[in-house]
Amino acid sequence: MTKHVVLVEDEANIAEAIRFLLGREGWRVETLANGHNAAGVIRAAKPDLVILDVMLPGKTGFEILAELRSDASLAGMPVLMLTARGQARDREMALKAGVSRFMTKPFANEEMMSAVRELTAGRVS
Amino acid sequence: MTRESETGSRIRERRVMQGVKQADLARAIGISASYLNLIEHNRRKIGGKLLLGIAAALEVEPQALTEGAEAALLGALGEAAVNAAMSEHDAQHAEAFASRFPQWAEALAVSQRRIAVLERTVESLSDRMAHDPYLADSMHELLSTAAAVRSTAEILAGEGALEQEWQDRFHANLDADSRRLAQSAQVLVGYLEQSKGAAAAGLSPQNEVEAFLADRDFHFPQFEKQNLPTTLVDGLIKQEAASLSDAARFTLRRVLEQVRGDAGVLLLADLQTGINEEGLQPVLLARRFSVPVALVLRRLAALPALGAGLVVCDRSGTVIFRKSVDGFSVPRFDSCCPLWPLFAALAAPGAVLRERVGQLGRAQVQFDAFATTDLGVAHEYNTPVPAHGVMLLLPAPAGDVRMEVRAVGATCRICPQEKCHARREPSIMG
Repeated sequence: MTKHVVLVEDEANIAEAIRFLLGREGWRVETLANGHNAAGVIRAAKPDLVILDVMLPGKTGFEILAELRSDASLAGMPVLMLTARGQARDREMALKAGVSRFMTKPFANEEMMSAVRELTAGRVS
Repeated sequence: MTRESETGSRIRERRVMQGVKQADLARAIGISASYLNLIEHNRRKIGGKLLLGIAAALEVEPQALTEGAEAALLGALGEAAVNAAMSEHDAQHAEAFASRFPQWAEALAVSQRRIAVLERTVESLSDRMAHDPYLADSMHELLSTAAAVRSTAEILAGEGALEQEWQDRFHANLDADSRRLAQSAQVLVGYLEQSKGAAAAGLSPQNEVEAFLADRDFHFPQFEKQNLPTTLVDGLIKQEAASLSDAARFTLRRVLEQVRGDAGVLLLADLQTGINEEGLQPVLLARRFSVPVALVLRRLAALPALGAGLVVCDRSGTVIFRKSVDGFSVPRFDSCCPLWPLFAALAAPGAVLRERVGQLGRAQVQFDAFATTDLGVAHEYNTPVPAHGVMLLLPAPAGDVRMEVRAVGATCRICPQEKCHARREPSIMG
């Protein structure tokens, strides 16, 4: 079964790099460039993993995360948040909102891939 | 006489001998003239980098200003003891500690100085990042582009063959992102350079005004006369403030009109006479001269010898004027600590509050804070009159422990007091 990730990232070149890295490890990557209907897409797709940027057009990553966590069926879905806003209060906000892992940009590819593997260990075939 | 007080006197003697103005020396070493005044009048300890800076500016050996290097060392150890909330009994052992373990003592002193520098850096950067939207957006852009460059470069440099199509795509992305990165960095550097330019030593018109006033030690002897012409402020702004921005000149005019108006009611020379006879008691002085207490507070802040600070806010709590004083930080962009007597005074118009305060994490330098509300004149019905909170900060006499000290902060983001009923947001100080 193909692993499925929804990537919400408005920086096209970051999205492309992540798509390549995940694709190389067998992931099917669905990319969204804004936050408008991200929660709806994720709710419908029920992916194995969500990767969320924070500063997005339409809706912030925090708002999307809150919508996901308010849905009992998505409460356990792993969410990796990537952001250039690495201040302590952003991290704290993300943790309070129920993020599974918080990573600041710029990140090392291997660091991100390790996080992906850890977050989905035992969840995907 | 203590060692520190001898040091302060020597600094003053050297400066006067060389014909250097107090304000010029203070500017050269990056402190306010009022703080240098306190040092020279033996009311503040001197040591560490500050002592070295003064010695360099006066072109003398530091030892010429002190009895020996241990004075600076003991000053720093004293600060470390205060920060660690050490008992007075234990703190008294600093000299014995320095004598028995000189290298450990020096290491501790160096760390103490470094902590002080880092605290100030964190304060200023956190303050700026949080409330300078342009800077925050620029940093976000820079970091996002850097993330794209890093990820793409790692892929290209990684092991294993990469299909030609991907290679081409990533090379194109890298080329575009590296150009964007360079451009973002240039824009940001340009912005930061502009911010620290001579004309805009600060980041806002208010900071420009503060720098202008600090250069003159917040003191305008030309206003200390009765019946001055109303054109005096215009002339001063035209002659001395031409390099300021329009917004800064607007604010400066309001400040100088206030100074001129206050001086017209109460001259500093008369105020000094009042202090000599009544003591440094704002309420008694207001009664003596039949003037509002707020006016007395402003006038006291204009007396250079007192080394006092002054903070004025409007009804919304926004700081509209500050005369900085070392040891009490007033955030430039962030919201202030709501525990300051300044804000309590706004809630109790007419009352005059007096409290001894010390800011957490700043070696607990203490101040006697006097705060009251300055109510304006009603211009129409059913409209709130303008009201300003005014707070004077007088350095507390050394060794005076008669008053209880209220621990306050600068702003929540950098305040170490975790359990505070007034906290608005978490601290980044861990």
